[in-house]
Amino acid sequence: MSNSQMTPGIAAGRLSTDQLAENFDDLHAPYAPHEAAVAADRCYFCYDAPCVTACPTDIDIPLFIRQIQTGTPKAAAKTILDQNILGGMCARVCPTETLCEQVCVREVAEGKPVEIGRLQRHATDALMEDGLHPFSRAAATGKTIAVVGAGPAGLACAHRLATHGHEVTLFDARPKPGGLNEFGIAAYKSTDDFAAREVDWLMQIGGITLKSGQALGRDLDITALQQDFDAVFLGVGLGGVNSLRAAGEERGGVRDAVSFISELRQAEDLSTLPVGRHVVVIGGGMTAVDAAVQSKLLGAEQVTIAYRRGREDMGASRYEQDLAASHGVNIIFNAQPKEVHGNGAATEVEFEYTASKNGTLTGTGETFRVKADQVFTAIGQRLDEVPGGLRIEQGKIAVTGAGQTSLTGVWAGGDCATGGDDLTVTAVAEGRDAAEDIHARLMG
Amino acid sequence: MADLTSNFIGIKSPNPFWLASAPPTDKEYNVRRAFEAGWGGVVWKTLGAEGPPVVNVNGPRYGAIYGADRRLLGLNNIELITDRPLQQNLREIKAVKRDYPDRAMVVSLMVPCEEEAWKAILPVVEETGADGIELNFGCPHGMSERGMGAAVGQVPEYIEMVARWCKQNTRMPVIVKLTPNITDIRKPAEAARRGGADAVSLINTINSITSVDLDTMSPEPSIDGKGSHGGYCGPAVKPIALSMVSEIARHSDTAGMPISGIGGVTTWRDAAEFMALGCGNVQVCTAVMTYGFKIVSEMASGLSDWMDEKGHTSTADFVGSAVPNVTDWQYLNLNYVAKAKINQDTCISCGRCYAACEDTSHQAIAMSDDRVFTVIDAECVACNLCVDVCPVEECITMDAMQPGEVDPRTGKVVEKDYANWTTHPNNPGAVAAE
Repeated sequence: MSNSQMTPGIAAGRLSTDQLAENFDDLHAPYAPHEAAVAADRCYFCYDAPCVTACPTDIDIPLFIRQIQTGTPKAAAKTILDQNILGGMCARVCPTETLCEQVCVREVAEGKPVEIGRLQRHATDALMEDGLHPFSRAAATGKTIAVVGAGPAGLACAHRLATHGHEVTLFDARPKPGGLNEFGIAAYKSTDDFAAREVDWLMQIGGITLKSGQALGRDLDITALQQDFDAVFLGVGLGGVNSLRAAGEERGGVRDAVSFISELRQAEDLSTLPVGRHVVVIGGGMTAVDAAVQSKLLGAEQVTIAYRRGREDMGASRYEQDLAASHGVNIIFNAQPKEVHGNGAATEVEFEYTASKNGTLTGTGETFRVKADQVFTAIGQRLDEVPGGLRIEQGKIAVTGAGQTSLTGVWAGGDCATGGDDLTVTAVAEGRDAAEDIHARLMG
Repeated sequence: MADLTSNFIGIKSPNPFWLASAPPTDKEYNVRRAFEAGWGGVVWKTLGAEGPPVVNVNGPRYGAIYGADRRLLGLNNIELITDRPLQQNLREIKAVKRDYPDRAMVVSLMVPCEEEAWKAILPVVEETGADGIELNFGCPHGMSERGMGAAVGQVPEYIEMVARWCKQNTRMPVIVKLTPNITDIRKPAEAARRGGADAVSLINTINSITSVDLDTMSPEPSIDGKGSHGGYCGPAVKPIALSMVSEIARHSDTAGMPISGIGGVTTWRDAAEFMALGCGNVQVCTAVMTYGFKIVSEMASGLSDWMDEKGHTSTADFVGSAVPNVTDWQYLNLNYVAKAKINQDTCISCGRCYAACEDTSHQAIAMSDDRVFTVIDAECVACNLCVDVCPVEECITMDAMQPGEVDPRTGKVVEKDYANWTTHPNNPGAVAAE
């Protein structure tokens, strides 16, 4: 190993292969059976449980935990998957600390919620390890539906439509299905190629034909889809990234965090993936945290997240902030980028402190510089290409009800559509609900 | 520190906590460790007659029932009396008693229902220096098939007969251990008293099968695919034991008879409850089989603190204090009216009270959109189910209404005078008596 954490600039192989493997192992190891039994015993089986209300997919959490308690984890998995077909991934990536576990009555009473996410993983793993797919298709309806985008929304929609007996063609722009599950989530949350395995498992339902490398606007035309299919669902996500709009952003070493995370997820060998000695991540959401933590895990010596507002406004949950801090990432609040300095390649980022006055953010005039060989921008994503005729609201496809767009016979859900929290779990809920709406419309 | 010393039918011990006749008291090694840990006395595991000892099964002899977090709530056993030679047990009893003269050493006995058998064993036990004997008329499994244990305890005439033999043939105090596997616990207790026994101890274990293996269809504990009923004990049986103890304590023909309380005693509080219902001391088994001998430290400190708090200077001060308050249903005050009250500060909004009341009781709890649970006094019959299912201790209480207040459920004024079923107008018996 020739490089180390101290190697200047952007370099690969800062850590040994063994160290990298350890760093990118499961963030939360799966429960051993005894741990699961102890964890499940803590559930009070609440009436009209707050955790269910907090779950965007309305999983019957007390029921599935009781099923784990009584030694039937696969039945528990069925309870989960009935509501959320990507329950395995959601168990890994859901910000449970701001959803089900935040409102768990034991969080309220003791500050220690029932670990719902890990229990959900215990159940779904048990089922998927056996290769079981406890769903079957209704009699064929003869209806065909185009689902564009094989991310969480599209997959959930396609699966639900297939169970109802419809024929689904699932298009995706990338070479592999999965969307952000495959390309966007931090590697330590989806180990052992879980995203791909989950898609394979989901496809066992049958009736879904995957067509990869098919992008809306490039290979697919919405009017043609409307003509060729009985219904269309758009779950194309947010393909574009917002730019920094700071001086020097064209300098070498400045790139968007989304593509870095994607590259990392697809890397065959993490020791060949270059990372800066000094990394600065600009932004305050989950993407910023994922990019920062993974930079640190790759061997960056110093990693800083700079966010232009205060902690309370940060998109990443307190849990995620603490996760970053525990990995040695420094988070600077109330700092906006002014300029990326350097001679060709970036060497420093200059920030100006901010203050919020009457709701508007203004610079205070005080500046400082942070060393940066590599700068990741994580300041939001936007719709890549808007198909003609669709009404857009605040940069997203406007939907009403269960994902109905302004075009007849066209539904949308997930990050590309209005509503939701840009979470995997909300995307699943929207895809599922749109499927039910499509089914009702086609069969009604 | 309150004085915990105990004098039970003349048998003195530094505290009222004895180990019951069971596996923990089967041999010298265990009993010495128990005494070192602080146990006040032991009832040595049941000795049988001279001759080849009984044999035990060579597979599982215990089965269990669990609560949350795999807390053992109930234990069942199919173990027999001691399977070690009589002479060896006697030697060990003598050695331990010699080294721990201040501890109670009672020896449990079970020999065939013939006077000669009892005449043979009593002197050799007496010779050990033991403080007393306990007649095992309780074990419900194995030995009962051979005409001993519960087979004797279920026939009051036999109890009386054997107790009399023992009293006639030894100077040692005689405790008769009763089986709960009968319909009326007062009958065997009366028989023991008629036979001259100094005390009764109860309860022995309850006939039980703890579970069924759904793959092999064998009852548990399973011996090569078959199971036999065993004796059930542990925290789960405590309510049954308390009730039986109270029956003996308040029955005119048995009242005042010394009782050694057994059945799920796990904490100092359990011990105090048994004693309040008339037990001079308690015997413990399952709790030590679950947690080891050390729990006696908690039992001693807990009972002592409670006695100090209540101003009791000796254990005799409170023995039987609750007996006068045990009555028949027909004498309960029907003019007493209570209502559930939920403390909103400690409520964690789990809604278990609501589910229980709404689904299975009186629809007397209201739930708001923001999960605030409140009692509807006009529906609440004060059944206590909400209290029982609430995971937070003391969160829901049953508050008594005061005389003069109007019960919104019945529209009637709460009367200050006591009135029970015997005089209630709805009681056909009461009407006929007029």
